[in-house]
Amino acid sequence: MSLLDVKDLRVEFPGRSFRAKPNEVLHGVNLHVGAGETLGLVGESGSGKTTIGRAVLGLVKPSGGTITFDDRNIVGLDKRARRELARDVQVVFQDPYTSLNPSMTVGDILAEPLIIQGVDAKQAGARVRTLLDQVGLPQDASQRLPREFSGGQRQRVAIARALAPKPRLIVCDEPVSALDLSTQQRVMELFIDIQRQTGVAYLFISHDLQVVRHISHRVSVLYWGDLVETGTAAQVTNDPRDPYTQRLLLAAPVADPARQRARREERRAFLAAQAG
Amino acid sequence: MSKLASSSKEMSAVSDTTAQGGHGPAARTSTFKKLLRDPQFVITASILVLVVLAGIFAGVLSHHGPNDAELSAINAPMGTDGHPLGGDESGRDIFSRLLHSINTAVISALIGAGVAVVVGVVAGLIGGYFGKVTRATTEWIFNLVMTFPGILVLIILMPVTGGDYRATMLVFGVLLSPGIFRIVRNLVLGVKNELYVDAARVSGLGDLRILARHVLFVIRGPIIIQTAFLCGSAIAVQSGLAFLGVGSLSTPSFGAMISSGFRNLYVVPTQFLWPSLSLGVMTACLVLMGNSLRDVLEGGQPRPLKMGAGQRSAQDAATSELAADESALLQVRNLGIAYAAAAGGANEVVRGVNLRVARGKVLGLVGESGSGKSQTAFATLGVLPNAALVTRGSILFDGRELLGLSDAQMRPLRGKEIAYIPQEPMSNLDPSYKVGSQLVEGTRKALGVSKAEAKQRVLALLDRVGIMDPQRTFDSYPHQISGGMAQRVLIAGAVASRPRLLIADEPTTALDVTVQAEILDLLRDLQEELGMAVLIVTHNFGVVADICDDIAVMNKGVIVEQGTAEQIFANPQDEYTKMLLGSILDEDKVREDPPVVAGAAGGAIEGGAA
Repeated sequence: MSLLDVKDLRVEFPGRSFRAKPNEVLHGVNLHVGAGETLGLVGESGSGKTTIGRAVLGLVKPSGGTITFDDRNIVGLDKRARRELARDVQVVFQDPYTSLNPSMTVGDILAEPLIIQGVDAKQAGARVRTLLDQVGLPQDASQRLPREFSGGQRQRVAIARALAPKPRLIVCDEPVSALDLSTQQRVMELFIDIQRQTGVAYLFISHDLQVVRHISHRVSVLYWGDLVETGTAAQVTNDPRDPYTQRLLLAAPVADPARQRARREERRAFLAAQAG
Repeated sequence: MSKLASSSKEMSAVSDTTAQGGHGPAARTSTFKKLLRDPQFVITASILVLVVLAGIFAGVLSHHGPNDAELSAINAPMGTDGHPLGGDESGRDIFSRLLHSINTAVISALIGAGVAVVVGVVAGLIGGYFGKVTRATTEWIFNLVMTFPGILVLIILMPVTGGDYRATMLVFGVLLSPGIFRIVRNLVLGVKNELYVDAARVSGLGDLRILARHVLFVIRGPIIIQTAFLCGSAIAVQSGLAFLGVGSLSTPSFGAMISSGFRNLYVVPTQFLWPSLSLGVMTACLVLMGNSLRDVLEGGQPRPLKMGAGQRSAQDAATSELAADESALLQVRNLGIAYAAAAGGANEVVRGVNLRVARGKVLGLVGESGSGKSQTAFATLGVLPNAALVTRGSILFDGRELLGLSDAQMRPLRGKEIAYIPQEPMSNLDPSYKVGSQLVEGTRKALGVSKAEAKQRVLALLDRVGIMDPQRTFDSYPHQISGGMAQRVLIAGAVASRPRLLIADEPTTALDVTVQAEILDLLRDLQEELGMAVLIVTHNFGVVADICDDIAVMNKGVIVEQGTAEQIFANPQDEYTKMLLGSILDEDKVREDPPVVAGAAGGAIEGGAA
């Protein structure tokens, strides 16, 4: 039994002008995430990967299909049911600069999801201290404002906020793409450490196969609103079957001049074969 | 847990040293403290407090009632016993009336501005936050209110308000509310799609709580500022109405006093002076206080910097200990670039950079954010923002010194000899002109050819950069083409003049990985074809490995290592380079540990959190 089950998910956005045809961005997506597991969701811009995450979070209304969490339907929940679900499902967004309220202290940002769940202020304060420790931020961070932190540290605050209610699933929408290389690696280690400690599951959305391969148990590849391939991380990233996944893999440059030269040749040969 | 703790130490050590300039402890100073440091705010606020206190203690400061008439005091001059400012035409004590008028003014301001703020903010939040229909409805209502002629409505409504200035101010507050409504609605529209509002929704926060905590709290600054101006406006209108004689005659008011002073202008000119002075001081203080509030609450945000208006150099003669290298196409020696620091003094972001781009070779300038790599590239193009100052060094292009050249001297080089490709292709195309006409204009300027010939060249180039239907792209507006296509268009524009040096600032960062591979292929082919040198600024080692002959690694304004690509990847010497290369995710590693399934019994997740 899986934790999150998405069946035949369809999402359409209204057309630009009045009476224009709605624009369907997801054409029936099926995926599931097991407890304690990371499902990596890879796709390029326009593939609809972010929309899947937003549908799971209740920020976008599906036009068809079902989303169940723990065998309960989570589409179209009212505020109260959504608040209950928030204990189990949380989010980390891409941009650590706009995902934290600039005028709230880090302590208030972390305590908010707890207080909304009815935790009293004292307990929330204790939990905030544990959370800061868990994501490797100093204790005095709670009195400070987000703007005093670097991108990597802000993303740690965002991770701590997601962890606050001890969720079972975190939707991570490109959580390391805005970070510098060295910071990116440390934040990814943090994600993996936390998963090992708490058994939280991740729906990990990214455009970067390299990142996804390191954090995911299974990987799904999305192309213009359709899942083209799903499999174990090793299978999808080493031995892709779908031509689009192959193309994606060959397009990612390797940080090694000799190997990159070889990959470039391989890619050209592949594209020539496809065209011919 | 121990592993986490050690990684956290590393983290804070790194972040401490890379802390970005302006966001030091200075940013911590609370708004209130900053206000107290602003003399204009301190003076105006103190005057207002004194005035309000004088109004509150009117009964103590003056023994006369505002409407007590004494026959002996009619038009009494200043300094008459018991009447420090004299008496008016009806024998009422001017000083006492002045004090009580303050109260009228303050109450008017509180009611008028209060109603405007409450109505405007509530409607603005609702109109901005909720759906289209709600927004359209509230907008329509407030637009209607705005069309009412304010003072006229107040006079017409006199029978309804019964001449009581408080009721009048209530109505006036509603008439003022569209101003606040519009400000709030626009701010809410900007804030409601921020990710932190989404995060709050995911947490299950109700709309009311989101509006209060995440929307209203963030936009409070402009509302506070506007309130100060509204107070002044309410006082002025109340006085104006009283001056016209509209409303109750028994209410002491600056307007009524000025009116009576006017009638006695030739008898006792000072009667007119006192209320006018008080009214002027109060409204002026409110406006000036609003201005200082604006400076403190909204100031401190970086102003958009003007690019390319000629960068400034500290000295005219370029200096460097390093000998000029004739074989290099571009040689940067000991370059220093500084910005004014918040605490005074200069903050050097580029500190003595030495770079060498050989003819026909590709140099990758690699570094993390804030390393100064883009600043170095901008200096070469001569387009540093005005706030920047080149403190030292030399930039030799083909043996010619670029530093100290005026914008006019730089222009023939830029675009012809030295071309540029930006990171964001879309923001570098003017949305209101067709792609083709923008390219033709640039080509004509660079090459001095006729319009028809330039068009021919541009079409050929668009074909060359791999655009399927050049004529169609030529006739498209920028919003009609994709990001990858836009980058191809800009590359076409950049190579039109067959430049000898191409500077590319993160040319593929904004693009999808499949598009990135195509653009890199294109750049490589063009580079070989034209034999041009390329300086490519990037943070991506994959891009570097793909296209660069040489690499320079930059950290905190200094080049820590420079060498051939093979050399640096295979055998890095500098610690920072080693750290960066070590951070690259290993190609061959996949995650192998199985999912952790917590506690078989109950399935609740408890571990690690406590």
